[in-house]
Amino acid sequence: MEMINWHTCFFLLFALISCGFAIAIVASSNVVRMAFYLIITLGSVAGLFFLAGADFIGAVQLMVYVGGTLVLLVFGVMLTARSPFVSMRTGGSQWILATIVGGSLLVILLQAAFSVENWSGERIVQTTSAQQQISPTSTKIGLSLIGLRVDQLEQQDETLRAGMSGYLLVFEIISVHLLVVLVGAAYLARAKRRPLKEPSNSKL
Amino acid sequence: MAEYLSQYIPYWIAYALIGLIQAGLLLALMLVTVAVFTWVERKVSARIQDRLGPTRRGGRFGWLQPPADGIKLLLKEDLVPKNADAFFFRIAPYICFCTTLCVFMAIPFADGWVAERLNTGIFFVLAIAGLGVFGVVMAGYSSGSKWSLFGAMREATQVISYEVPMAMALVVPVMVAGTMDLVTIGNMQAGWFTNWFIFHDPFTFIVFWVYFTCAVASTNRAPFDLPEAESELVAGFMTEYSGFRWAIFFMAEYGSMLVVSCLAVILFFGAWNGPIPVTQFLGLTNDLHPIAGFAANLLGLANCLIKACICMTVIVWVRWSLPRLRIDQVMATCWKYCVPLAAAMLLGAMLWSYAFPAGLLFRNQAFGYASEKSDVMSDIKNGKVARAEKGGRQTWK
Repeated sequence: MEMINWHTCFFLLFALISCGFAIAIVASSNVVRMAFYLIITLGSVAGLFFLAGADFIGAVQLMVYVGGTLVLLVFGVMLTARSPFVSMRTGGSQWILATIVGGSLLVILLQAAFSVENWSGERIVQTTSAQQQISPTSTKIGLSLIGLRVDQLEQQDETLRAGMSGYLLVFEIISVHLLVVLVGAAYLARAKRRPLKEPSNSKL
Repeated sequence: MAEYLSQYIPYWIAYALIGLIQAGLLLALMLVTVAVFTWVERKVSARIQDRLGPTRRGGRFGWLQPPADGIKLLLKEDLVPKNADAFFFRIAPYICFCTTLCVFMAIPFADGWVAERLNTGIFFVLAIAGLGVFGVVMAGYSSGSKWSLFGAMREATQVISYEVPMAMALVVPVMVAGTMDLVTIGNMQAGWFTNWFIFHDPFTFIVFWVYFTCAVASTNRAPFDLPEAESELVAGFMTEYSGFRWAIFFMAEYGSMLVVSCLAVILFFGAWNGPIPVTQFLGLTNDLHPIAGFAANLLGLANCLIKACICMTVIVWVRWSLPRLRIDQVMATCWKYCVPLAAAMLLGAMLWSYAFPAGLLFRNQAFGYASEKSDVMSDIKNGKVARAEKGGRQTWK
């Protein structure tokens, strides 16, 4: 019997799950089911990241995207709680618009995918196991966020090396931006009513 | 392991076999813990309430109560309510169970004894553990019952409240260690109990209790058992479940108890390094003989699991001692007390590490383990990578 390449098997499995449930999102008309299918799609994309040895990105995918979908799911449950299986109907114009946007994105992605030269040429066969491929990637990411680019060491070209600056400024701008958003959200969400004299149930 | 086995059998079989063995071991660990701790819970709660607890099945102490429960639950009818969304109703318990089982993949039980050693182990654990809430929300929604829906909504509120302080509390030991790799964090605490991160400085000691509070909240147990709340919501999100699916929810709950306990042990209580370094006294290292290293790891495994069991027993004790909080009290506990406390402890621990790099009271010999191991860090030490200059450009030496 031929040797089974588990890496390829799992890649195909995760890719199929991801694509299949992506189609299911479009086909379904129940908000909560859609959110659930979206979770499965995003989760299997995280699986693909883990398969590629990018465990940090995979965990971020799970935490940010899948966790973010949780909020979507909760809102879906809350909004459709009265009539549990409410269905969302999409009009004809929405279908046309969505097809144009989705189709053009698909064309761009396909064009980009088929322009990779290595795919048609000779393939590089990885003989090392997945365990050996995992390197401390998060250390490099973390250090570049505080302004140290360790991948400078791998860059051979002296002139390019000078341009490889860290992401400290970007990181700071995003942090301050998020802080502003948080403060704004707290300001908008704060209770505007006067304190009541008698205890009320409104806290619940 | 797979490389070793592939000398005898084809590599692809060895690879799959090793994967199955690891998964089987983790599943066995989780199920045995569930069985033991359902019994412990009954016994401890009975003693706290001045009762005897199970005494009938299997001798004086009711040892066979968990299998008896299991058989009873297996034989019960598997009901799906008429109003339920049948597919989600059936699948929800498995989501809870699988996410809990997945977490064990990244948790080490001894030096190097981990199914998948991840560079960002703790981040992975947090990311996966946060997914368990999906099962609860799905169960609450799909049951078609308002009690279940209330339970699910409470769970969602609770998750949003405890996840932030929990993550912030876990940043402190990660910052002290300088790595997110759980195996390295465990090894850094080798030696006497004074090397445990909980005794590293006063701030880690306080932040452990923040973590513990959030950990109890994440297991949905009293005083944070609002999603179930037997006296208010029948059984919360589990109201419509019966038989084996209900049992699976319970397995997930006890499994997540073990997860948070293991995490507490690894991050704060020295992982597999005991209060007394017995393995060091005996000289059990891989340098001596591979079998000696194996024996040391076996002792470490027992050490780690015993400490985790003590932690789980404390969680059981807490459940039977404290009354349930209201939902606004849960939010106040998490947002008003735990978050600022965790943030202050993070700052404190940072300043402490800066002021006393080698530790003040106890000198930690294992410190600097991570930086010696990491190539990147040694590159920085040797000055190969320079800090950014004033102009924002970086130089190459």
